[in-house]
Amino acid sequence: MSHDPTPIPPPPSVPPVTRRGFLLKLGVGLNVVAAALIALPLVGYVLSAVVRPRAKQAWIPLGRVDAFPAGQTRLATYRNPFTVPWDGVTANLPCWVRHIDSDRFQVFAINCAHLGCPVRWFPESSLFMCPCHGGVYYEDGTRASGPPPRGLFEYPYKIKNDMLWVRGGEVPTLSEPV
Amino acid sequence: MSLRGIGQWIDQRLAVGKIFEATAGHHIPASSASWFYVFGSGTLLCFILQIVTGICLALIYVPSPDQAYQSLEYLNYEQPLGWFVRAIHYWGSNFMVALMTIHLIQVFLFGAYKYPRELTWLFGCVLFLATLGAAFTGQVMRFDQDAYWGLGIGVSILGRLPLIGPEMVHGLLGGPIIGGEALSRFFTLHVFVIPGLLIGVIVLHLRGVLTQGINEFPVAGKGVDPATYDAEYKALVERDGVRFAPDGIDKDVLFAAFVLLAIFLCAIFLGPKGPNGPPDPTFIHTAPRPDFYFLSLFSVLALLPPYIETAIILYVLPVFVVILFAIPFIAGTGEKHPSRRPGAVVGVVVVMTILATLAWLGTYSPWSPHMNAWSGVPTPIAMVKGRSPLELQGAALLQAKQCRNCHSLDGEGGLRGPDLTTVATRLTKDQMIRQVLQGGGNMPAYRKHLKPSEVTALVSFLETLHPTGEPASRNPAAANP
Repeated sequence: MSHDPTPIPPPPSVPPVTRRGFLLKLGVGLNVVAAALIALPLVGYVLSAVVRPRAKQAWIPLGRVDAFPAGQTRLATYRNPFTVPWDGVTANLPCWVRHIDSDRFQVFAINCAHLGCPVRWFPESSLFMCPCHGGVYYEDGTRASGPPPRGLFEYPYKIKNDMLWVRGGEVPTLSEPV
Repeated sequence: MSLRGIGQWIDQRLAVGKIFEATAGHHIPASSASWFYVFGSGTLLCFILQIVTGICLALIYVPSPDQAYQSLEYLNYEQPLGWFVRAIHYWGSNFMVALMTIHLIQVFLFGAYKYPRELTWLFGCVLFLATLGAAFTGQVMRFDQDAYWGLGIGVSILGRLPLIGPEMVHGLLGGPIIGGEALSRFFTLHVFVIPGLLIGVIVLHLRGVLTQGINEFPVAGKGVDPATYDAEYKALVERDGVRFAPDGIDKDVLFAAFVLLAIFLCAIFLGPKGPNGPPDPTFIHTAPRPDFYFLSLFSVLALLPPYIETAIILYVLPVFVVILFAIPFIAGTGEKHPSRRPGAVVGVVVVMTILATLAWLGTYSPWSPHMNAWSGVPTPIAMVKGRSPLELQGAALLQAKQCRNCHSLDGEGGLRGPDLTTVATRLTKDQMIRQVLQGGGNMPAYRKHLKPSEVTALVSFLETLHPTGEPASRNPAAANP
């Protein structure tokens, strides 16, 4: 019996490219591309609120100056300039307007600087008090006692044609005060 | 064809019997068919109840700020049995959080997290956090004043994160204010994302229970040694095992009935919660409070000193969560029985005492001023009887200047500051004047808001506040005390 003349080929180090293998790789690759084409816009859609540049500020009219008697602090409400049509009453926001004298005003956000609860004004003792964790502020918005780390958030204001305007539009937090 | 025949016909095609053998019919140690082991199945039962009642509520509820509140009122008063479905969903959530907490404590005390059940514990921790997430987002679904300002608290906490704070706030709210986009986001989390996550992780959690077996009832002196544990457990189940269903499931079934009946009775007699006032931010005469499972967090936020508050909320609480996850990798072997693990028992007692005390404080929040005490809680008549005109003037000032919002007289009024019923025995006249003018110790300074004559009147009244027979404090160094 003579030996087989053809030598045994060495095992290939690279697996041969088969039709099935090629189609599988092509399929996986196309799926990755297609999934990215669909997924990236979805990520953009979900994160649009996060990456949106902070330009949500506008001048808001609070009312005629003579609606705020000098020496008094009164509650004013406004419709937030940035809303969706189904916001309902949640887009009506309150703020405290302190008319010091002539054109000097202070306009405070309603939100306690501690954790955002609505502070209440007590004219008899000239204090703002918070119902949640007991933060108290003086009439000029500075912290009097309790857990708040700072005074009340204050809106920039201007007076134009006897109207009081404030610049706002976003819920104030410690990292983005008004 | 008989009923049995139909069953066999289906089983031939779907092999249901084999699935049963591999799952509910698996063998467990007889000692594990115990009353201590019913809380996991009780939690799962609550979750199923939440899904069913949640689907029912979604038939009516409108997740939009301009109509969410009306739809809740509609559920309460117009939709037949809407109040009942809301009540079951509310009480089901309370029971789910409570039973899950008991389950967590039980498996911790019984050492169930040790080898080889580390992953089962990990999935359980994820379920714990996800359930609390479902509870918080569910509280927002009840879109009333508490929900609106509760969201404001969440936003304020997130806003304290360094660097990414603003982005987190925008991501959570979806818009510039707490409004339409925010409610839709919480609805999506509450109805799709978190329940989906819960279902997926429950599958993994139960897969762990099936592959590693339920924890055997711990025996003092018998520790876990990874080298021998698997063989010992196998021998235990072979020697002394029962099928979970139907032999070891009796107590779970009975407990399930107790839980369902308890939820039913709570729903019937206590009814649904709220909604408490429309979510109108311009209505500021509100004192928001969270549901019971977040009362302890609410209290922590009031009681921490301001200078460490942010650090504790943002860094220490997450560290506790990491420790919870890491427990099986810190103490994955050794004794399981609680009598041999005093540290674990003390840890549970300390943590639960802290949480319960904080929650109890949260129910009456002594740190909050009583906003209406100055106008709604009169000075006790006995304290003004026979007083001079000046002292009466001071008593009137004590009411009018909102002192009562923080200070009680005879147990009535705010609890933020000390009760003034016997203040004259603690402070001399000069000390009272100084305290009123300068404030301090959490009291605002009144020097700008009281005329000297008013301070004189106020303090002259305060000086009369001491028990008969016990004289007022005097300054021993004064020439004419």
